[in-house]
Amino acid sequence: MADNNGIELRGLFKIFGPHGKKYVQAVRDGMTKEELNARHGHVLGLKDINISIPASKIQVIMGLSGSGKSTLIRHINRLIEPTAGEVIFQGQDICKMNKADLLRFRRHKTAMVFQKFALLPHRTVLGNALYGVELQGVSRKECEERARRWLARVGLDGFEDHYPNQLSGGMQQRVGLARALTNNADILLMDEAFSALDPLIRMDMQKILLDLQEELHKTIVFITHDLDEALRLGDRIAILRDGEVIQQGTGQDIVLHPADDYIADFVKDVNRARVIKVGTIMSPVSGPANGFPTLDAQASLEQAARLLSTKGKDRAIVLGNDGAAEGQITLRRVIDAMVTPVASEKEVSQPET
Amino acid sequence: MDFLGAFPQMGRTELRDLKKGIDEAFRHFSRTHGQAIEDFFHPLLKFLVWFEKLLLATPWPLMIAIIAALVWLGSRSIKMTIGSILTFLLIGYLGMWKDTMSTLALISVATFLCILIGIPLGILMARSDRIQAIVTPILDIMQTIPSFVYLIPVLMLLGIGKVPGLIAVCVYAIPPVVRLTNLGIRLVDRDVLEAADAFGASPRQKLLSVQLPLALPNIFAGINQTIMMALGMVVIASMIGVPGLGVPVLKAVNNQYLALGMMNGLAIVAIAILFDRVSQKFGKRLQKHSETIHG
Repeated sequence: MADNNGIELRGLFKIFGPHGKKYVQAVRDGMTKEELNARHGHVLGLKDINISIPASKIQVIMGLSGSGKSTLIRHINRLIEPTAGEVIFQGQDICKMNKADLLRFRRHKTAMVFQKFALLPHRTVLGNALYGVELQGVSRKECEERARRWLARVGLDGFEDHYPNQLSGGMQQRVGLARALTNNADILLMDEAFSALDPLIRMDMQKILLDLQEELHKTIVFITHDLDEALRLGDRIAILRDGEVIQQGTGQDIVLHPADDYIADFVKDVNRARVIKVGTIMSPVSGPANGFPTLDAQASLEQAARLLSTKGKDRAIVLGNDGAAEGQITLRRVIDAMVTPVASEKEVSQPET
Repeated sequence: MDFLGAFPQMGRTELRDLKKGIDEAFRHFSRTHGQAIEDFFHPLLKFLVWFEKLLLATPWPLMIAIIAALVWLGSRSIKMTIGSILTFLLIGYLGMWKDTMSTLALISVATFLCILIGIPLGILMARSDRIQAIVTPILDIMQTIPSFVYLIPVLMLLGIGKVPGLIAVCVYAIPPVVRLTNLGIRLVDRDVLEAADAFGASPRQKLLSVQLPLALPNIFAGINQTIMMALGMVVIASMIGVPGLGVPVLKAVNNQYLALGMMNGLAIVAIAILFDRVSQKFGKRLQKHSETIHG
């Protein structure tokens, strides 16, 4: 798939209220959310958001409720108008599109999956799945073919003629996913898509999404409040608080180098063994490589620990993409990396002078 | 003291002149524009007369068969179909066939008109808060003003006849369908609307593929109420020369004919119940998607 499907969010501001534009400069100059609300009765939704969403990857936007993440994702297909800023896709600023272009953009370039599914209750599963392509003006026959194919892919074979409220939540969201995929858009927007599902179903859906992404390579923007979900899915993660991005990077970056207390607190309970890859913590090879077990650089610490303990060794060789030895890890280093570094926590909590 | 005792009312002559002035002005208006307005409604009159003649010219067995078929199509209930056949046989046997057909024609045309005007008006109201703010009080007036009062200007403009009767019925019966169309569209789940927006539905596509289908149960309740209210106006409409079941009722009231009044009154009730049940069943069948809910 094309490499120009990245999305560039530049200096995005959203101030809710009748005269939002008036206060952009004040917020830029440092007015806080509380001040803005108390003095002018306007609510700061987003503050100077700059994110480069990579093409064909999963960008997770994480934050607790009220952090502005749902507001943010709605700027990408302009369900919400920004107060200031740009959303650039394929060289075009979505915020400057006229109505007709915006409709075309929404129909052909984006598809969205919603937290509360938002299926059309009066249409069958099939009717829901083909809604997006129907709006594109594709012939009924082709609509149905494409919808059936994607319904089958998400495991809804044989449910085409059911109505949404005959299905469980997990199945309804599969319909939501099929509806978005049938659209064949480059951008997939997922607004807390799996948050309403129970944990096992959620894991299931995450796996479906990852499997699909492996062959589809869409630009996916995934909103969640669940750090485990973010780390599992996200190629890149941006953390939002009070409408501001407070850290962005890969999952490992965030777990290993939390930007502040808030994030450190967040990542404290994360299963680091699954998030951190051996490639990140390996050291140069010292000593003989022969006779020691080997690992891929993308393997997790958990896998490394398992390997070392089953082989009864305390050292393993890390292989790069080309299969050559790139470095080594020791059992001790693996264990060190797995436990939350107390020292680094302290370092963070005491601001440098 | 005198000031508090009697309400400081307008002088008698001034008040009389004011009323006279309004009357004169309206009379002048109806004299100059009456013909044009009558011409405007002429196609409606022709349609109503044609439809009434059609119902009356249709042989009664065929008519009953058609009614039974419609009831079956609407309700899919054997009981109701047989009930409708028996009702109309009894109505015919008791000598009310002709009047019943006239009433059916009037009610059908009135309902059709109300739907034709009411649903688009309801849609407009749902789309704009300003239109809603303007139309709602007008609907309130239409529903509460005594029908005799608005019969006066209609009579002055169009005289006695079928069209003024039809207009009177429509004025009285249209508010429910307008209100419930508006309400139904406004009640559509915002999440679903947002989804339609996200997939690039134009306002028109949103209306046709999401708002109207999801508002349908409410719209149907509105149509049902409109039919009921139209039937309720049959007797009053007969006062201004609309033929039908209302005429004998009016005669019965004037002459204290108990049996005549009861029979024709009950015939109106029978038609009302039939219309009501069939339209309700039909409305329910349209939403079979909400029948089974995942437990």
